Amino acid sequence: MYSEKVMDHFQHPRNVGEIPDADGVGVEGNARCGDIMKIWIKVEDGRIVDVKFKTFGCAAAVATSSMITELVKGKTLDEAEAITNKSVAEALDGLPPIKMHCSNLAADALKNAIADYRAKKLQSV
Amino acid sequence: MNAVYLDHAATTPVREEVIEAMLPYFKDKFGNASSVYSFGREARKALDQARQTVAEVLNADFNEIVFTGGGSEADNLAIKGAAWEYRNKGRHLITSSIEHHAVLHPMQQLEREGFEVTYLPVDDQGLISVEELANAIREDTILVSIMHANNEIGVIEPIAQIGAITKERGVLFHTDAVQTVGVMDIDVKKLNVDLLSMSAHKFYGPKGVGALYVRKGVRLIPLIHGGSHESRRRAGTENVAGIVGLAKALELADAERSVVVPRIQRLRDRLIDGLLQIPHTRLNGSRTERLPNNVSVSIEFIEGESLLLNLDLKGIAASSGSACTSGSLDPSHVLMALGLTHEVAHGSLRLSLGRENTDAEIDYVLETLPPIVERLREMSPLFSS
Ligand SMILES: Cc1ncc(COP(=O)(O)O)c(C=O)c1O
Ligand SMILES: [Zn+2]
Repeated sequence: MYSEKVMDHFQHPRNVGEIPDADGVGVEGNARCGDIMKIWIKVEDGRIVDVKFKTFGCAAAVATSSMITELVKGKTLDEAEAITNKSVAEALDGLPPIKMHCSNLAADALKNAIADYRAKKLQSV
Repeated sequence: MNAVYLDHAATTPVREEVIEAMLPYFKDKFGNASSVYSFGREARKALDQARQTVAEVLNADFNEIVFTGGGSEADNLAIKGAAWEYRNKGRHLITSSIEHHAVLHPMQQLEREGFEVTYLPVDDQGLISVEELANAIREDTILVSIMHANNEIGVIEPIAQIGAITKERGVLFHTDAVQTVGVMDIDVKKLNVDLLSMSAHKFYGPKGVGALYVRKGVRLIPLIHGGSHESRRRAGTENVAGIVGLAKALELADAERSVVVPRIQRLRDRLIDGLLQIPHTRLNGSRTERLPNNVSVSIEFIEGESLLLNLDLKGIAASSGSACTSGSLDPSHVLMALGLTHEVAHGSLRLSLGRENTDAEIDYVLETLPPIVERLREMSPLFSS
């Protein structure tokens, strides 16, 4: 039911882990199905230079988490924020319709991490 | 290691002896059991024999067995058929919150038709309270339906005790025995039931054929109207090969049970003990009131579908009640009824054993599973080692 790309990211997720001195941290939980993603970003000159994640969830949740970390590396914050659930799913050659819902996690967690970074930056000036 | 199949609660392979018993009824003995010529008589004889076998195994009478198109149909016929028939006596039904959807959804349909349904809770072991059930019976209660054993957590409900109460109170009692027929000794008299459902594919018979025991004197309005087949309780030219297969599979299971089941139970206990060695793992449902072939655990901080896919990559077939595997994105209603949190239900794993499983396979599962769990936990934001 999953594409080869999904299975590849599920079996070999990229960028798993934590960044202890991250500039922004985002968490998103999916109240209905129970999946949870946490994402850490490192930002330099308005660009995401490093990113790590941890996910408690199904193959769709893990694969979208892994894919989004690949998509955002090197992107400006504005570019990163423009990434949607749909574009992540497309990068994975699609997801089964019932699983679109599990994939919402990644883009939302990323948005939270960027918001966290911006809030921290406001505080520090 | 070849594929290890540990999902016998979902379905089982058809036994060689069963296929052999069925084959003639597709070809040489293809007749319609309602016809008067010899082809028809052969089919009729096979049907009669099958009915006799099923009746004997259940300690029932020949006329008390109705063949159906599977377990779901047997449940629907019992519940809707009885509710419609006895609606002028009362409009209240009682069931449990952990029933299979083949019971819960007919109940919900009856609610839409104006019936009232009480859904009894279960305790943290998955058992319903007989006392609570007795208290739930009202003047207008016409039917109680409680499953014999649960398909997800394997808990065996106190059917004989419940049946003693319904008998005394004059209320019909149905049990969904789809998970127990073939595994446990079933005697409809000892169980005190009026209606009992079974499904052949759960005991090494073919899919799409089941049976309903209907105690003499109990009337049902059919789901399927047409010819006078099955004593007017289920119209349609009989699935002779399937019915012969059901009876053969049941006969074999009944004859071998005393040898096969203790062996399966020993494997089950090895699996349970081994899995509980994994930290933050718990057994779902009672350890003692449990099907001899069911293992259901919750492995915290991981999600069931991820676990199933990883097991599948290692050749192990299992199942989970996780929301992500359910197709509806809600976690299993059975696990939630036990009082499990969403997160814990998310990490549920069911392994259900069968007659072909071996000690070597259990060793393989117990070697393969812990490293997968460890890897998934390392990836889980909820887990800190
Ligand atoms: C407890 C229980 N009841 C009913 C059914 C439905 O049986 P069938 O698949 O034959 O319709 C099943 C299995 O799917 C079951 O486990
Ligand atoms: Zn999911």
